[in-house]
Amino acid sequence: MNAYTLASRFHFRLTFWKGVFIVLLILGMYSTFVRFFYGLGTATNLSDQFPWGLWIGFDVLCGVGLAAGGFTLAAIVYIFNIKKFKPIVRPAILTAFLGYLIVIIAILFDLGRPYRIWHPIIMWNPHSVMFEVGWCVMLYTTVLALEFSPVVLEKLRWNKLLKIIRNFLIPLVILGVIFSTLHQSSLGSLYLIVPEKLYPLWYSPLLPVLFFISAVAVGFAMVIFESFLSARAFNKHLEKSLVSELARVMVFVLSLYALLKLQDFARRDAWSFMFINRTETYFFWAEILLGVVLPMIILAIPKIRQSEKTLFGGVLMVILGFIMNRLNIAITGMESYAQADYFPSWMEISVTLMIVALGFAAFRMAVKYLPIFEKKDHIEIPYRKQIKIRKVENHQLQKEKISN
Amino acid sequence: MSYGFLIDTTLCIGCEACMEACQETNQLPRNDSYELSAERYTVVNNKTIADQDIYYRRMCMHCEDPTCRSVCPVGAFEKTAEGPVIYHENKCMGCRYCIIACPFDVPKFEWNKSLPLVKKCTMCYQRIKEGKIPACAEACPTGATLFGQKEGLIQIAQERIKQEKDKYHPYIYGLNEAGGTSVFIISSVSLADLGFKTKNFQEAFSKLTWQVMKEIPNVVAFSGVFLFGLSWIINRRIKLQEIPVDQDGAQIEEEN
Repeated sequence: MNAYTLASRFHFRLTFWKGVFIVLLILGMYSTFVRFFYGLGTATNLSDQFPWGLWIGFDVLCGVGLAAGGFTLAAIVYIFNIKKFKPIVRPAILTAFLGYLIVIIAILFDLGRPYRIWHPIIMWNPHSVMFEVGWCVMLYTTVLALEFSPVVLEKLRWNKLLKIIRNFLIPLVILGVIFSTLHQSSLGSLYLIVPEKLYPLWYSPLLPVLFFISAVAVGFAMVIFESFLSARAFNKHLEKSLVSELARVMVFVLSLYALLKLQDFARRDAWSFMFINRTETYFFWAEILLGVVLPMIILAIPKIRQSEKTLFGGVLMVILGFIMNRLNIAITGMESYAQADYFPSWMEISVTLMIVALGFAAFRMAVKYLPIFEKKDHIEIPYRKQIKIRKVENHQLQKEKISN
Repeated sequence: MSYGFLIDTTLCIGCEACMEACQETNQLPRNDSYELSAERYTVVNNKTIADQDIYYRRMCMHCEDPTCRSVCPVGAFEKTAEGPVIYHENKCMGCRYCIIACPFDVPKFEWNKSLPLVKKCTMCYQRIKEGKIPACAEACPTGATLFGQKEGLIQIAQERIKQEKDKYHPYIYGLNEAGGTSVFIISSVSLADLGFKTKNFQEAFSKLTWQVMKEIPNVVAFSGVFLFGLSWIINRRIKLQEIPVDQDGAQIEEEN
């Protein structure tokens, strides 16, 4: 390797997105400094009236939910054995793994004494929902690391270890599904303890079930969303038929969610809250229309679903609606009781943006250097071309035989 | 022996001696605020209802089944046999779930410290163990804050309400609230008028989450067996389909 290629290898070109990334990193580092040296009170807009804000509402509640594609797809491929979805499993597990790392980093920012994050391991309180969530996040992140490890091991060619892990893949996936079911729903259970504080549009005894179903829906949405982004960034994308099929599954899950939501309002007889002229009402309707009703219509009609742009739009709506739902529960729905107008400080926002940017960067690096999107598995090669390729190969083989 | 407080707002003159005594025993800095905070474990508030000035205290209610104890992921809260709900600060990781969950909005956070803790009234647990009574009860000049064994306090409250029917609103707040507390409040008006929660407030809050949490072993066992069974059946079928069979349905033995 001569000097020129070495230099070109480490050549750094500043693009727009790299610039954005660097700015976010600098702002985030400054806020990190303030947060850890001057306390939560200085860095955030949190208070005794409003002790949980953006970091819990977005980074934790949304982060865990958006990573749900990891366990649903692993279940589809390894438990239900629907092999055609195999090409999507790796990106889904990678997203989930990075998602959970993001969540853990965010928790370290949010905890008053982050160096005690390991305390639940030895200090037990089985009555506490938070205790259970902590354990599940810990165990599931371990499962995700193991589920993802074959990708790295393949690259390193550590075949013995690879073989061992492949043998334990199905038990691992099953454990992952159990842990996910538990803590995806338990994030909803966290709010069962505040019946008089969370606004009635959102407080419901069904919160754990609603959280679980919406997480499943948004998990699929995220898998499709990523495949679109990857297609733009790396020219690696999923087969259209797979995406379309996932979209159909999403319609099913969303309608289940809608049905449960109706049942919930009927059971609590809470219809009247839907039509009061209050801020909460508008946020509620925005969340329902954007996240459930519109995408159900868009994704259910085959003609619309087949167009890449509208499909992408529908999927994006599900994701935004989901984020709104979690923020409504963590922030909008808690404001009127707290009588505090909480809005995150710029430092809270910058920390969140920094962590998310780091997640994006890690995803990019992983896709670049690891076999995440396997070429032969997912790039659609027109049938004729395939035959041609085979012919060429045969031709070459024959040539080689002759020459031998 | 379980202790508690009886607070009689009709006797309170708003002298704030309890507040000062509290600041002193807990070595808290001077503070002019009339709201609970990490530097104020009790406050005396007042409200004028029908031309009558009513002074009332806010403090930890020392619940029988404390919500803070139920939600804390590391078990930093403890309901002691003596009655006080105390906080083990060496366990706490600062997640603030207790602050969100407490139905009386009592635990407060040290927002401006880089290594913060949760703070609240401890019913002067240390003093009780030394054989003394809590500082606020000791300081109260009129007997508006009484400290003693719970049964005795309840009897006193019932007698007062019975004997002076015109003076008291006939309700002992704290007897059943949030599943029962160790602080009982009697007053000339309904506590709802003073801003205390009264509606749908009888059950212990810990039940709300325990209903779900207790199902977890079932969920784990059931879904574990179900998923293993499912994957076993499906994978076995697929394997069987892949084994070549001849016309009679007998398995063709592989060569080699």
